[in-house]
Amino acid sequence: MQHTAPDGTTRVLGTERKGFRGRLARIETTEGIGRLPAEEQERRLIELGFVEGAVLEVLHEGPIGRDPIAVRVGSAMVALRRSDAMAILARPD
Amino acid sequence: MKDAITEAAARQIEVALVGAPNCGKTALFNALTGSSQRVGNFSGVTVERKAGIATTPEGRRMTVIDLPGTHSLRARSLDEEVTRDVVLGQRDGEARPDFLLVVADATNLRGALRLVTELKRAGLPLMLVLNMIDIARHRGIEIDEDAMAKALGVPVVSATAVRRAGMEALWARLDEILAAGVAAPGPMQWTPPTTGELRRALHAADDVIAQTVRLPELPHTFSTRVDRVLLNPVAGPIVLLMLLFAMFQAVFAGAAPAMDLISEGFGWLGAVFAAILPAGLIESFVVDGVIGGVGSVLVFLPQILILFTFILILEDLGYMARAAFLMDRLMGGAGLHGRAFIPLLSSFACAIPGIMATRVIDDRRDRLTTILVAPLMTCSARIPVYTLIIAAFVPKTTVLGGIGLQGLVMFGLYAAGITSALAVSAVTRLLFRRGELAAPLMMDLPDYKMPQARSILLGIWQRARMFLKRAGTTIFLAMVAIWLLATFPMPPDGATGPAIEYSFAARLGHLIEPLMAPVGFGWEICMALITGMAAREVAVAGLATVYAVGGTETTGHIASALSQQWSLATALAFLAWYVFAPQCISTLAVIRREAGGPRYMWIALGYMMALAWIAAFITYNVTAFLMGAG
Repeated sequence: MQHTAPDGTTRVLGTERKGFRGRLARIETTEGIGRLPAEEQERRLIELGFVEGAVLEVLHEGPIGRDPIAVRVGSAMVALRRSDAMAILARPD
Repeated sequence: MKDAITEAAARQIEVALVGAPNCGKTALFNALTGSSQRVGNFSGVTVERKAGIATTPEGRRMTVIDLPGTHSLRARSLDEEVTRDVVLGQRDGEARPDFLLVVADATNLRGALRLVTELKRAGLPLMLVLNMIDIARHRGIEIDEDAMAKALGVPVVSATAVRRAGMEALWARLDEILAAGVAAPGPMQWTPPTTGELRRALHAADDVIAQTVRLPELPHTFSTRVDRVLLNPVAGPIVLLMLLFAMFQAVFAGAAPAMDLISEGFGWLGAVFAAILPAGLIESFVVDGVIGGVGSVLVFLPQILILFTFILILEDLGYMARAAFLMDRLMGGAGLHGRAFIPLLSSFACAIPGIMATRVIDDRRDRLTTILVAPLMTCSARIPVYTLIIAAFVPKTTVLGGIGLQGLVMFGLYAAGITSALAVSAVTRLLFRRGELAAPLMMDLPDYKMPQARSILLGIWQRARMFLKRAGTTIFLAMVAIWLLATFPMPPDGATGPAIEYSFAARLGHLIEPLMAPVGFGWEICMALITGMAAREVAVAGLATVYAVGGTETTGHIASALSQQWSLATALAFLAWYVFAPQCISTLAVIRREAGGPRYMWIALGYMMALAWIAAFITYNVTAFLMGAG
């Protein structure tokens, strides 16, 4: 199941399958979804390279429930859980 | 009274290495300091502090300190806090460094460039070292150092820490800087960055990269290709399992020749001393107590080193983060964080570094759970105990086409440790942590790197030295104590039973025996359990001494003595006990320190003791019943 964000053009990285390519449109962290405060969650994503315009590609999916995912962000590769990737909105290429 | 100038000249310049984990910082530290390093702890915390003296080609000396890896000064873990506090000069008992070497992985510059902008605000003079430049060049990455230095406003130099020639430029720059005198620190302007500032810093880093770095068309093809197999949802877990299985087979089968050699060596040494010393108390002390006791522990050095070799190589390869990726969901099901995989795997070697490695888990509750279950992972000190019992009671045959039965039982014991760790954590989650939101898992998957023989050998040597030091101190003293307990008081004249029956050891053993009788442990085992509190492997030496003094042990092979004295049910119960028992005072001490108080230490002690007793009880009675029925 793929989710298109309400604006109609961006997709939620947390629901994308292996092979998805796109550019990061924006980060929308929500309070109360994870254990971290929304702003801290956002800061950590930025620190790993998730900034607007970054080239994204879902390279691998975990063996159980296709979770977590390994995402190429620019020239780095980052592992994150799908629940954490729900905050990342991307525009597909 | 010295004047200010000589005092300043006499004070050695202190250079601190700062950089992300996996940027080759430790390799650079090794290349700078060679064999002069001292490993200790930062005051008040168990964070490892490595310092050494570097001497430049022109003969200038400086102190180099390796700070814990960090992505930013916005510390999230204990390790990162130490780095922040040292850099900002806020750590008691730790002088603020004079100069920072910011180490960057030249193949992945973005994070390091952002770190440079952050560190510049801390006010210390600094230089950026583009480490692993050889790998970057090999991949077709071209970096214009001068342009980068201009764009960043700090000196930039390339290096390959693992090659002597790769260090020349860095040494030359260090000489220049030391000759000119290190600049005085500027004002400290660092404040925790906001999300906006972080974004701007990353975009600025991207701009610098765009202006000064030429990237190849197809980035890191090698790691991508390898990951296609190693992170494949089917092949990945199979490879991981095969790796772990190969590791245990190597520990068991591969170490045998070296172990035989050590065991024969000690046997020979014992025979020599038995021949030259007059028969009596002194001979008994030297031959049975010292040589027999210490030898029976030292013989496990090869197995422990093989295990560490595997772990160090996998770590340096960059595979550990992949393993965490593959295991995250499984661990998450048990209420553990994917990052807990690395501390738990280290705990196979020893729970102490494992518990210290939990600092990579930034969530406190996730970290505490990991600390509590880490001692359930089969540490290398249990290997002696397992090996002994398996050698005595499990036949040396192969099953299923060539798999050694003994290795298989060993694998099973490891599996029991892992399963119980996951189960305990799952129960904790169900009972005490209901309704908690999940902590995030976000981590870098670094490119694969060829492990450097030198750093692996250095790591193995440090582990070997630690073990030998333990054998020379704790274990040696425990052996002397055991021998004393097992020898005195001596039997009265005309006594008929074995001498040991009259000793303190026997009395102590008899004292606890009623408690342990339901699980099939006699007083000899009870006594070994007491002595094993110093260190698990001492229990083996304890058994060796008890049976040697007891007179049944003749050839130096305690396994054969055990197989005559113990029933199979007792032996299996003993193994089950050891899967769970908190038999190590140093581990409990580390839990207390890392968990910030005695509470969790008592919890760990209590729950493990209870599990050990229950597991041994079930094993003993079920085996006894089956044997009786069979």
